[in-house]
Amino acid sequence: MQSELTLIEQVKLGKIWEFPGGINPPERKSLSNQTEIGNFTTHTLYIPIQQHIGVAGSLLVTKGESVLKGQALTSPGEGLSLPVHAPTSGVISDIIDHVDAHPSGKTVLTIVLEADGKDLWVNKNPLLNWQELDRDTVVKHIQAAGVSGLGGASFPTYVKLSPHKNIDLLILNGVECEPYITADDVLMRYHANEIVQGAQIIQHLVAAKLCVIAIEDNKTEAIASIEKALADVADIELRVVPTKYPSGGEKQLVELITGLQVPSGGIPADIGIVMQNVGTSFAVKRATIDGEALVSRVVTVTGERVKNPQNLWVPLGTPIKTLLQNVGYSPEKTPRLIMGGPMMGFNIVDDMMPVVKSTNCILAPSNFHLPERGVEQNCIRCGQCADACPAELLPQQLQWFAKADEHEKLKEYDLFDCIECGACAYVCPSQIPLVQYYRIAKSDIRQAEEEKLKAEKAKRRFEVRQERLERDKQARLLRHKESAEKRKKALAQDGSAKDKIAAALARAKAKKATSENTDDLAASDTPQDKVAAAIARAKAKKLKSSKVSVDNSADSTPEASLETSLKATDTAPTTNPNKDRVAAAVARAKAKKLAKEEQEKVKNDAELKNETDHKGHADAADKPVSEAQVDKTLTAAEERKAKVAAAVAKAKAKKQKAAADEPNQEPTLDFVDKASAKISNEDKKRSADDERKAKVAAAVAKAKAKAKKQATESENSTNTSDKETPDLNVADDLSQTPEQIRKDKVAAAIAKAKAKKNANNDTDNGSNNS
Amino acid sequence: MVSVFYALSALVLMALIFGAILGYASVRFKVKSDPLVEQLDQLLPQTQCGQCGYPGCKPYAEAIANGDDINKCPPGGDATIKLIADLMGVEAVSLDAAHGEEDVKKVAYIREDECIGCTKCIQACPVDAIVGASKVMHTVIVDECTGCDLCVEPCPVDCIDMVPLHTGAANWKWDSLVIPTKTVA
Repeated sequence: MQSELTLIEQVKLGKIWEFPGGINPPERKSLSNQTEIGNFTTHTLYIPIQQHIGVAGSLLVTKGESVLKGQALTSPGEGLSLPVHAPTSGVISDIIDHVDAHPSGKTVLTIVLEADGKDLWVNKNPLLNWQELDRDTVVKHIQAAGVSGLGGASFPTYVKLSPHKNIDLLILNGVECEPYITADDVLMRYHANEIVQGAQIIQHLVAAKLCVIAIEDNKTEAIASIEKALADVADIELRVVPTKYPSGGEKQLVELITGLQVPSGGIPADIGIVMQNVGTSFAVKRATIDGEALVSRVVTVTGERVKNPQNLWVPLGTPIKTLLQNVGYSPEKTPRLIMGGPMMGFNIVDDMMPVVKSTNCILAPSNFHLPERGVEQNCIRCGQCADACPAELLPQQLQWFAKADEHEKLKEYDLFDCIECGACAYVCPSQIPLVQYYRIAKSDIRQAEEEKLKAEKAKRRFEVRQERLERDKQARLLRHKESAEKRKKALAQDGSAKDKIAAALARAKAKKATSENTDDLAASDTPQDKVAAAIARAKAKKLKSSKVSVDNSADSTPEASLETSLKATDTAPTTNPNKDRVAAAVARAKAKKLAKEEQEKVKNDAELKNETDHKGHADAADKPVSEAQVDKTLTAAEERKAKVAAAVAKAKAKKQKAAADEPNQEPTLDFVDKASAKISNEDKKRSADDERKAKVAAAVAKAKAKAKKQATESENSTNTSDKETPDLNVADDLSQTPEQIRKDKVAAAIAKAKAKKNANNDTDNGSNNS
Repeated sequence: MVSVFYALSALVLMALIFGAILGYASVRFKVKSDPLVEQLDQLLPQTQCGQCGYPGCKPYAEAIANGDDINKCPPGGDATIKLIADLMGVEAVSLDAAHGEEDVKKVAYIREDECIGCTKCIQACPVDAIVGASKVMHTVIVDECTGCDLCVEPCPVDCIDMVPLHTGAANWKWDSLVIPTKTVA
């Protein structure tokens, strides 16, 4: 309470305090403030959908739509958001990415408006009784009018008008300390009454006890006209502050008027003060009392290279190029245009850049009056920068840290209190672009912080994901365990368990028989039968559910085996899905391998031919064998073989498609088709050899699939494909050896393979059952 | 003799008391994980890209703590190497090119009309930045994507591109002392 009273009392004393540092650059304001504010119209307007700090609104208009002056083109979204309005009536000719009024010259979504010249206003909605209305209503109305701070930062005004803290003092900033710029000066001269009205509205909204309008003492006409407007207004006072740059800075002006300093990193509202630019005050008045949205502003077009420097009411969205054409701009040999003032403005990258809400000046200086910065020299540690700094920082120290990227030190030395006024760079005898160093350092630090936040988030997401995967894994293991236990239980209770034991016994016997078989190759006739029996047994095993009499299959005598074989034939269709899968796997593996090994096309071609040859060859070689041994049981094997062949053919067709640029592949494909067709047409003439080949093919496919999975480099796959060819060649050789030996060997191989497979099962079952 | 006994017993007693305090402290203030690993993990960019040869940033942090080279992190680049060097008290070395080059920030982009909905990229993404379900189109949450590149390889139809992060006026940073200018009329 004590300090609050002191604040108002202090201010009411009318004392002007001082802020440290500051400079007095040549003003050059008389260039542009000699005439009244002119009007400016243009045909094509480029209206960026975001002209304020915060979030862009969402589009309300579409291409080709007709709009009236003051019609909202966007609707504000969440957070700090303002709409933009049509500066004149016309047609939306396009919505494009256009260069933004920003030092980067980056593009932003922009509405292109072709004016129709009628300049027709949309229905205005004034709030004449703003004093009686709820504050929120008025603030919302001002937001809907798109009013943002016109002093330069373009901060949404509605946010400042609904402060979360008690406000004692409203300061209206008409200092305009930067050289060349006179936009606020002329506005105060010719629109003093409206500015005061706006001040009253703002004062009412923020509930400030006192309002102070601050003007620099070099603007005598403006002071006079504001004085006149304030003649019979209570609670608004005028303060004339001495001319010094940067007294227009928010924190500096607060210090000038109240003697208080805004805390580091804080805003004036923290000490009960709100500051608005006089231009903003004018816009607030227009929005409230006239119901006009913010569609134009006063822009100073000045500089020695401009023939008629002046202030103009410029519709927002006017390209700078058109504006300059109107005032007689003649560029230097190395043209230089600045948006804003010479101290804090930025070089215009593209003259199609539009005038936006924050554009107070377009400056075209001569090189004589505002020379380009010279070559940077070494710092001589003269300390003038520290004397000039209005924020009492140590620019020299900051410079060293900025050059060394010492972010921690920069923060320690309060880099973020720098207002980038440029006073230090102005006084620097070594022409060091200090502000640029600070800007780079600031954006670096901000980026680093953003990245750190992002990294934190990524880390969290990564960790959560790892946790989830681990949890899933545990759950899966638990499920498997449970189902295994259930199976065990079911097995113990099930009556058919006995059958299973019998099957296991049979398998054990078969295994024994097989081992005998392998030992005794001389026994020429029995092995064949045994092969048949073994195959039949395997099939029977798969058919546990159909209750095949396993005892029979367990018997290894020839008679029994015939019977079993017949039974096995019946079971053939059931086993087909498995075969299909094998075929599919072969096809898939081949296709995938091919896609990966485009560069090894030649090799693949060779392999392709090899295989095809082998197919035909094997076919021919098979015939005698098949005739010698007519066995119905092998029909199933035959079918599978046909499917494998078909799948191989399919895979090869895919391969061909991939290698479509090589037309000589066509005949090979035909050959494959023919071969497979031949194979599938031949019935009941198959020996165990077919089965074996199919198995080899399946094994190869499996091996390939596995190799593919593991191999990360193409070399590995090459090895696999190399390996494959010899395998098939071996098969080739085998099919040509004398019939008897071949049969024996084949039988032995199959039996061995089966026995091995069974052996695993047996041990499991055996241990369970015994 | 008695005084010697007193002295000895006093020392033994003190030793017991301090031993008990130390023992309690070692239990009470036990540090669960190596704080150095945590600090290193903080410095790493958390892209979880695996370019260092470890399955994530934390494993690499552990490896550094155990004496591995500090220059294996291309996403972090020289800035990260410098920070790690400061922390570890070793000389900052340049990035090991064997693990990749420092590149502009990128994000994954799925060409959605080509996506077959196989979910392979979803499984590969270390930060769950890809949304989608089996047989429906997937897309990348740009804000969450770390640009680790891990989703590109598993895609069977090669519909994922790594595109440089869009820089507009909002996330543009002053990066040179001279603002680029164009000759204007």
